[in-house]
Amino acid sequence: MAQVSLRRIVKEYEGQVQAVKGIDLDIEDEEFVVLVGPSGCGKSTTLRMIAGLEEITSGEIAIGGEVVNDIPPRDRDIAMVFQNYALYPHMSVYDNISFGLKLRKFSREEIKRRVDNAARILGIGELLERKPKALSGGQRQRVAMGRAIVRDPKVFLFDEPLSNLDAKLRVQMRTEIKQVHQTVRTTTVYVTHDQVEAMTLADRVVVMNHGIIEQVGPPNELYRNPATIFVAGFIGSPAMNMIPATLTQAAGALSVQLGDGLSVPVPEERTARYAPHANKDLLFGIRPEHLTEATRIDKQNLAPLTVKLDVIEPMGMETLVHFHINGTSVCGRVDPAAGAVAGTMMPLAAHMEHMHLIDKTSGKVL
Amino acid sequence: MAPDGTARPALSTRPAIKGRSPGVSSLERLARRRSSIAFLMTLPLILVIAGLVAYPAAWAIYLSTLNRRMTANIGFENYLILLDSETFRMIIWQSCFFALTAVFLKALIGFWLAHMLHNIPTKGQRKWRGMLLIPWVIPPALSTLGWWWMFDPSYSSINWIINVFGFPSIPWLGTPWWARIAVITVNVWYGAPFFMIMYLAALKSVPEQLYEAAAIDGATSWQRLRFITLPMMQNIISITVLFSLIVTFANYDIVRVLTNGGPRDTTHLFATYAFQVGILSANLPRGAAVSLFMLPILAVAAYFILRGVTRRTKEIA
Amino acid sequence: MADAAANRDFPRAYTKAGSLHSERLWALRVSYVSLAIASLIFLAPPFYMLITSLKTNTEMADQTLSPWLVRDPTLEHYAAILGNPIFLTFFRNSIVVTLLVVAITMVISVLAAFALSRMRFWGSQALATGVFLTYLVPDTLLFIPLYQIVGGLGLLNSIWGLVLVYPTLTVPFCTWIMIGYFASIPKELDEAALIDGATWPQMLIKIFIPVALPGIIAATIFAFTVSWAAFVYPTAFITRPDQMPLTIGIVSQLVRGDTFAWGQIMSGALIAALPPVIVYVFLMDYYIAGLTAGATKG
Repeated sequence: MAQVSLRRIVKEYEGQVQAVKGIDLDIEDEEFVVLVGPSGCGKSTTLRMIAGLEEITSGEIAIGGEVVNDIPPRDRDIAMVFQNYALYPHMSVYDNISFGLKLRKFSREEIKRRVDNAARILGIGELLERKPKALSGGQRQRVAMGRAIVRDPKVFLFDEPLSNLDAKLRVQMRTEIKQVHQTVRTTTVYVTHDQVEAMTLADRVVVMNHGIIEQVGPPNELYRNPATIFVAGFIGSPAMNMIPATLTQAAGALSVQLGDGLSVPVPEERTARYAPHANKDLLFGIRPEHLTEATRIDKQNLAPLTVKLDVIEPMGMETLVHFHINGTSVCGRVDPAAGAVAGTMMPLAAHMEHMHLIDKTSGKVL
Repeated sequence: MAPDGTARPALSTRPAIKGRSPGVSSLERLARRRSSIAFLMTLPLILVIAGLVAYPAAWAIYLSTLNRRMTANIGFENYLILLDSETFRMIIWQSCFFALTAVFLKALIGFWLAHMLHNIPTKGQRKWRGMLLIPWVIPPALSTLGWWWMFDPSYSSINWIINVFGFPSIPWLGTPWWARIAVITVNVWYGAPFFMIMYLAALKSVPEQLYEAAAIDGATSWQRLRFITLPMMQNIISITVLFSLIVTFANYDIVRVLTNGGPRDTTHLFATYAFQVGILSANLPRGAAVSLFMLPILAVAAYFILRGVTRRTKEIA
Repeated sequence: MADAAANRDFPRAYTKAGSLHSERLWALRVSYVSLAIASLIFLAPPFYMLITSLKTNTEMADQTLSPWLVRDPTLEHYAAILGNPIFLTFFRNSIVVTLLVVAITMVISVLAAFALSRMRFWGSQALATGVFLTYLVPDTLLFIPLYQIVGGLGLLNSIWGLVLVYPTLTVPFCTWIMIGYFASIPKELDEAALIDGATWPQMLIKIFIPVALPGIIAATIFAFTVSWAAFVYPTAFITRPDQMPLTIGIVSQLVRGDTFAWGQIMSGALIAALPPVIVYVFLMDYYIAGLTAGATKG
């Protein structure tokens, strides 16, 4: 068991493309950290540098306090699960799982004990004699995890392990990965482009974009308090609405002008925080679930907003309503019983205690 | 976190990691070691290519500038003497005629048979393919012996069939033109299966949806061949044709066994004539000169093959 | 009226469907007829060789009989050829040369292909191209300089000279197709092996060779058939019967004088052709994979 530290890690490919631009990250022992971001953001490169599959251009990586920059993958005591599983096609499941142990000259009994233990954790005891070809996607995924577990390494590395599975299986395997982690408690670094996976699995989520870390934090923290416009837009589905707006001050109270003659008041407790940004070009950020039907008005800080609905999407437990504010497409979530009809006006309420203001130029959430 | 690239983690600012030796040379060393291992692994290959192909090829060029006893350098004399000889001019012509005719017929028959094979239900294809590839499997020097016996002047089994249909016997290997036809026939018989297999593989790689889309667009079977099959196979067709051109130009076995160049040297190819001049008449330099006449044709074909293969690799990737 | 129109339309639609059906049927018939004729012609020479090998010399000489049929099948030619010590020497030479060349070829090309496809190093790309170009250089261009080189090494008239030069026929193509097979192995597989703790030799032996086994079989078959059928080099380098492999042995030693022993020649040729044919019959798919790999892989 070990912590993983990254210090000013840079990865440069020939032709001066910086895939990773100097990131710092400390992963605690037994922690489950998910690197998430769009493709090309450097998350996989970072993982592969931890694994030792990519050379580090500059900076240091330490596993369990020991700098591993110069240590080849096999001596880093890590295990990795690949997107396409990378099972050895000519070996049985048992041989696949035990290959690493055999190469490390474990005794036959020890290998059997460990493989059986891993098979029990993953529920693949029946499959040990089969070849990978005869396995379903979910089973291959389990075998790939078995190969990692059996080694009892310092760190698990997962590189988009669920991307090749269909949607239903993905949800199921997600739960299983979390259960496995709770059983073996090995430090885990997990890479995905799917923010739902990141949110559900992680102790801490690391959001990356263009080779830098945008924000690190527990899932709910990231959701509630995104630090940048990128995190605000990336985490959450449907994404946070961002409407161009200006902040005006009248009689000590701030209000957000959305255009189209719409304006919403800023909650009192945030006045001091936002006051310096009055009269700047800003983005008003609010998540769809904080734009609800007006009948829910029973609390403070609700701002009424009557809009003309363009499209409605019934989802069962809720209904998504789409409309435009000053040319920007906006999404809200209403109760299916609220009677939303496309093409009609509907009074909505914005829950202003959940509002965000984003500085357009710096991209920071204020 | 910050756009200037100096991102800082939300948690922890632990002191810098200790115990790290300066410099990043160790992995570099590893990479260098890896590339020297790789070089060692390719060394036998390099030795074969350099010692048994590149060096002999260069040596052949040098050799061709020597006199018969290899005592003096006579420049291009060997080439000039050859070009001056009527026999050799005829051999140039015969080699080209042989190669072009044979390759054309092989490609045509191979293409036709590949199509016919592709037409029939899949489960029967294996059996037919297995039978049709037999000529390619038998070592040509041996199967040509069989042909030789079939062309035998007095016991020809081919003439027997011709006679059954009421036509007169043909002096297969006795007159220049019939001998040329005989040599080409054997070469086509031997090589057509190769074309068939290559084209069949290419035909199978054309996605079925393309034909279905074309059928819905109203294409006739001829139009499907013209606008889908041929363009999709263009690359493999040209690779196969050029490759076969090289092999056919350089052919030796069939002529050596069937006619040994006769009658009156009319069926000689570069290779058999080089053998006769170089080994049998013990004039190695001139023999080398004869075989080097193949080089320009080979170089041009090789250039286009390489281009085709590179393109195909890119298509697949 | 409407009824009549419908009736007129209906048969037309019907015949149209019928013509589509018959068009397919005709295409199928043409296919089968073409294939049957081609098979007849393609198989006629080996068939005739077999018939000849089973005939007595008197039957062969009788011009009144059909040459394509055998009335009194006999195995006397086979008995004679197999009792001929020089033929058995040819056979042994062929086996020794072929086995050695196949072994040498596979070691050289698997090692080189692994290095070229996975361990990129300076000049590896140029070398891969060079391998392919070498494959295109025909043996008939090289036999004269090689005659001198082999002679200089004192290996003329020796099967060891053949063992030395045959790899020029086999190594380039085998390396080329092995590069293709190795390149098709996903990169993650070696990364998984690296993380599992495999060294480069372990990766080659435990992962690459087993996974690329079909390719290795195809390359082995290619090397085998090419060395077995090689003709130019033995013709040029060997004149002593006891060092000859089968191909040149049969062509030069059995065919002599005016009275050809056709029965023995044909039975000898058929026996000599048997090993590649047997390999082909049992491993047809690998054989064809090797044949087509040159243009589709790598």
